[in-house]
Amino acid sequence: MKTKLTEMAPWLAYFVIFVSMIFAGSDHSIHVASQIIILGLFAIAFNVLFGTTGLLSFGQAIFYGLGAYITGMMAKSFGADFFLWALLIAPVAALALSAVLGVLSLRLSEVYFTMLTLAFAQLAWGICVKWSSFTGGDDGIQAIPKPDILNMGGRNYYIFALVIVSICIYLLWRLDRSPFGSVLKGIRQNPIRISFIGLNVFRHKLFAYMISSSFTAIAGGLYAGIDKSIHPDMLVWTMSGSIILMTILGGMRSFFGPLIGVAVFILLEDVIGRSTEYWSFVIGIIMITVVLLFPKGIVGVSRHFAGLFAKKGGQFDNP
Amino acid sequence: MHETLLVQNIHSYYGKSHILFDVNFSVKKGETFCLMGRNGAGKTTTFKSIVMLVPPKEGKVIFNGKEINGLKPYHAARLGIGLVPEDRRIFGDLTVKDNLLLGTSSGRHGYWNLEQIYEYFPILLDYQDKPAGTMSGGEQQMLTIARTLMGNPEILLLDEPTEGLSPVMVKVLKDLVLKIKELGTTILLSEQNIKFCMAVADRVVIIDKGHIVYQADVASFRQDDDVKKKYLAV
Repeated sequence: MKTKLTEMAPWLAYFVIFVSMIFAGSDHSIHVASQIIILGLFAIAFNVLFGTTGLLSFGQAIFYGLGAYITGMMAKSFGADFFLWALLIAPVAALALSAVLGVLSLRLSEVYFTMLTLAFAQLAWGICVKWSSFTGGDDGIQAIPKPDILNMGGRNYYIFALVIVSICIYLLWRLDRSPFGSVLKGIRQNPIRISFIGLNVFRHKLFAYMISSSFTAIAGGLYAGIDKSIHPDMLVWTMSGSIILMTILGGMRSFFGPLIGVAVFILLEDVIGRSTEYWSFVIGIIMITVVLLFPKGIVGVSRHFAGLFAKKGGQFDNP
Repeated sequence: MHETLLVQNIHSYYGKSHILFDVNFSVKKGETFCLMGRNGAGKTTTFKSIVMLVPPKEGKVIFNGKEINGLKPYHAARLGIGLVPEDRRIFGDLTVKDNLLLGTSSGRHGYWNLEQIYEYFPILLDYQDKPAGTMSGGEQQMLTIARTLMGNPEILLLDEPTEGLSPVMVKVLKDLVLKIKELGTTILLSEQNIKFCMAVADRVVIIDKGHIVYQADVASFRQDDDVKKKYLAV
């Protein structure tokens, strides 16, 4: 029962915080909350690769951009009703693209895999910028239509995004705790051992890559609806880099760590950005401090203090 | 008795360095066969060659009458070759139970399942929801063997299982190996511990500098003090 409770506590916090935003939030805070949940889904999906399987992809922005462009372009070309269909097509397209890129890149190990994913993403970004007749080039795509019911202020769209993101996060949470999730963690710890247990390591890595990528595309598609505009920056390497940073900031060894990292990062950006134009400098200093002093991220730090408390009080079951 | 595993004149390399020279032996069904030798003699490389982690460049590995050269390590596991590696580290972040369940990935069914394992290794039941990394070295060795048994291998490859274990754990391990043997599982063991080897094995080969230099049944090996002195330095 105790383990049940500790398992459910993050979910409880998640729903209390994000559902209360529906009722309590101003337009601005709802906008910020929308960004947090959507990038949060991106980061949690990314962490299936990074924290769970031990694969550092520096190019997940390609799937984020893919989802956004499919949604944006379809809604723009075929009308608002296609917005929802595009959200279904985006992950399927990402599944197909990631199968191809995965077969090409997962044969390589560690840093070579990382560099190749970066190269693919930069290639896609280049195409996106140069092929302006198709993608809108540097300007991206503006005034993306979406169904009327999602159009009335930011609140309705936030509720819509929250439902989809919550379902996606729940599916990824189940995956994390499934036998498949154990295999992925085993691959991170020792791929050779996994192979002589009788499992095909490459195939499991490929599935992880495809799953992560398709959820990333859903996040990208949802992002296209927030400001009704998308731009090639969504595919650029700094986008992939930010997600890596946010995941490390929150804690890559915890399922909800990446979401916490995204929330802290975006809130800092919002608060510091209002008071100084050197906000990126301040955030940089904070990031360096976290990585140097707390390599396990925010979740790691709080577990550490919870552990100290447990030693004194003997009440807290350290997960 | 037919041969479960035939290792025929294999030559294995790490990059350019030639490690195994014409290694040749066969393990009969149901027997416990012990590969002895000093550190660096080629015991682990022999095991890695059998499971195709270090595929031999020449020679054949034949399992149940079928040549397995060229297969991937996970194919070898699915055919029923269960390797318990020397560096016994388990999947430390996973719970003991998840470690055991991973062992079923070979898709083979038989005597060993979660209940049987817990009955035989009660310590693993006590720890089942704890991260495996929190257990002691000896307990981790038990978990590694239990995880391999979960795959119901036809032949169990135990690479230096007593290394670094306390005398008490060595005794526990001896009883376990005898129990597995009693169940009819073929065992290929590599060891430096002569006592342990003599207590469990039926036949012994000695490997030295990558060559097989001695082969005998355990009764003759017991008498043969010269060989022990020459190759195993006791």
